[in-house]
Amino acid sequence: MTDLLTMKGINKSFSGVKVLEDVQFSLRQGEVHALMGENGAGKSTLMKILSGIYSKDAGSIQIHGKESVASSPKTAQALGVAIIHQELNMIPDLSIIENMFLGREFKWGRTGFVNWPRMRSEAKNYLQQLGMELNPDIRAGELSVGQQQMVEIAKALSMQAKILVLDEPTAALTKREIEKLFQLIANLKTQGVGMIYISHRMEEIFQISDRITVLRDGRYIGTRDTDVTTMDELVQMMVGREIKERFPKVEKEIGAECLRVEGLEQEGKLYDINLSVRAGEILGIAGLMGAGRSELAKALFGVGKYQGKIFVNGRAVSIKNPQEAIKAGLALITEDRKGEGLVSDLSVRENLALPNLRSLSRFGFISHRMEQKFVEDSIKKLNVKVHHPGQWVSSLSGGNQQKVVIGKWLATQPNVLILDEPTRGVDIGAKREIYDLMNQLVQKGVAIVMISSELPEVLGMSDRVLVMHEGRITGEFLRENATQETIMIAATGGKNHG
Amino acid sequence: MAKVQGKSGILQRMGPLVGLILIVIILTIFNSDFLTVGNIFNVFRQVSINALIAFGMTFVILTGGIDLSVGSIIALSSAFVAGMMAAGSGSMLAIGVGVLSGTLMGTINGVVIARGKVAPFIATLATMTIFRGLTLVYTEGKPITGFPDTFGQIGRGYLFDIPMPVIWMLVAFGVLYVILKFTSFGRHVFALGGNEEATRLSGVNTNRVKVLVYSISGLLASLSGIILTSRLNSAQPTAGTSYELDAIAAVVLGGTSLSGGKGWIAGTLVGAMIIGILDNGLNLLNVSSFYQQVVKGGVILLAVLLDRSKGKQ
Repeated sequence: MTDLLTMKGINKSFSGVKVLEDVQFSLRQGEVHALMGENGAGKSTLMKILSGIYSKDAGSIQIHGKESVASSPKTAQALGVAIIHQELNMIPDLSIIENMFLGREFKWGRTGFVNWPRMRSEAKNYLQQLGMELNPDIRAGELSVGQQQMVEIAKALSMQAKILVLDEPTAALTKREIEKLFQLIANLKTQGVGMIYISHRMEEIFQISDRITVLRDGRYIGTRDTDVTTMDELVQMMVGREIKERFPKVEKEIGAECLRVEGLEQEGKLYDINLSVRAGEILGIAGLMGAGRSELAKALFGVGKYQGKIFVNGRAVSIKNPQEAIKAGLALITEDRKGEGLVSDLSVRENLALPNLRSLSRFGFISHRMEQKFVEDSIKKLNVKVHHPGQWVSSLSGGNQQKVVIGKWLATQPNVLILDEPTRGVDIGAKREIYDLMNQLVQKGVAIVMISSELPEVLGMSDRVLVMHEGRITGEFLRENATQETIMIAATGGKNHG
Repeated sequence: MAKVQGKSGILQRMGPLVGLILIVIILTIFNSDFLTVGNIFNVFRQVSINALIAFGMTFVILTGGIDLSVGSIIALSSAFVAGMMAAGSGSMLAIGVGVLSGTLMGTINGVVIARGKVAPFIATLATMTIFRGLTLVYTEGKPITGFPDTFGQIGRGYLFDIPMPVIWMLVAFGVLYVILKFTSFGRHVFALGGNEEATRLSGVNTNRVKVLVYSISGLLASLSGIILTSRLNSAQPTAGTSYELDAIAAVVLGGTSLSGGKGWIAGTLVGAMIIGILDNGLNLLNVSSFYQQVVKGGVILLAVLLDRSKGKQ
């Protein structure tokens, strides 16, 4: 097979800091080439250079053997490069057609009037090519995330893309949608499209890719054929050291019941939820997107009205707002770090202190000394990599931001810690640190409820697993009895009990 | 809030001050009367009313809100104060009632916005009209006069040769600066403006913070209304009309972001000074009042554009 794309000796610096150094990457026709590396390894910078968002400082990029420089996203399109971003760029109030041809609408001659019939038939054509029976006139906002992604891919094809970059394409997809996406990828391979696949999920990469390239700290580490490499080898390449176990195990004692929920309901979202967590226990909650897991976490934390009973340490509590939840000894680390976890305009220090201001203040005045000490202790304890506590929290990497979110809640000394997708968008090194921290907490007698869409994480970390489907609990398993298959059956509404 | 982000952060915060100094230098070159002790006090006194309103507005804007009703709060609370004094009650009691009424009007704004979930622009646009209407009802559209001599001291008196309004302004500035910078309430104001959902989920009673900032804005508006009434020795039913615009301009000139979460109250003081000095200086230079408006608007636009271009880097 001929090389579709060859990138060699790519260098890039931002204000004197080298973010890419002598990086190489190649892509063949009809190949899926996975690009791996921890956050900050340079994957997105490399892809942004390929797609014309950044310009390279040095190196060569050849497409079809011809030296090609994409100086803007527009010229990248002309060269046949398309990126499907992690955050989809659809305009929810426009139809599929309008989204697909945004900025390049077909017109009647030179009149400026839109040629709707032609756009509709072209849109249908490309959707069908992907095996999708969708009415192209419906609003993009009515589509599921998975469908939106397919439409984005259809859009890329309509632009004659030959090189498709898929950035964390499965992060927000259900199992069924992932299968569909993988079929589609297989289909595109036969059409000769080369795909660069970026993901943190090892299992997927082994399932879908032909070759794997690893970057670390802006350098090229190596390329392996997928069928001869192993997960351990890749992890070692990515972190530069060997991580023995992905999910560390510790000795601990499971104690008295910390949290019990009886008949919890929230209109249209949650039905008859019963659960209990004990001190020192990690209760995993699995399920598909939209199964009501985050809604459950929020209901427990006093967001929205609920019916039913909540007991903390055996006492019935009424939780009408987050203040009461905190008082009852709960802490919630939400899945949406940017939208609900952190105030990005504030510093690391101010974010850490936010839920703890009461204990750091005297007569309403914040004690500078106490705050300083608290912040320094938290940063040290959680190994947050900061230059200065006054640094904006938005300037940290995903893993370090997540540590700040965890840090701000640890100081409230919760009895029950609810973690919603605790390692989403977090690299392997920081993941391991978060797992270690969870283990330390349960050893101290904290009860943890962990919501996660990553089944290996659920199976690796939980003592017990609950599965949710359409707002109900549809399965409960001890760790020993749980497998990916049994969980998936419960998560898709099938009946089984372990 | 002290957010030290290296050199660029400090430069960005000093931008309004640099602008102020530039304007002072230019005016001094063109008019020798400008930089005299008498005129500077004069400017300070003119600035004090707008500055007081703008201090309260800073709290509101930091939470991402806006308060259009301050001008009407000035008129209505002043009318109450004047009405009570004209009816023979003591000035202290009248002032107390006036300040309380202004604070309460702010609280109403806050409750409508926080509990009723009405957009601040709409809520305060409505109360602006309501409060103005109530002022006209209460005063029957006529000015109220006839105050005790002591009341005149508030706006026209001096302490160690410093005009009293300037003293009030500096005292308010000091108190509010401390609240914003050193109390947990102050921290909550910034957090709320930066990310309301994250702040709420951190256990902050965000509704309470919202109600409080509008109450503070109402309180300061009524204070400036009392000073204005004292200076003019009468309460006008049309007092304070469109004062909200100068206050918002001062806040924005001072570098506080209209989307909330970023800014500081010292900037607002500088912003109010810029507006006051422009008014004063253009008068001294005999620029016609028609052109003055053009220049003032131009300066505001220029300042915000400069701020934007810095923010992008």
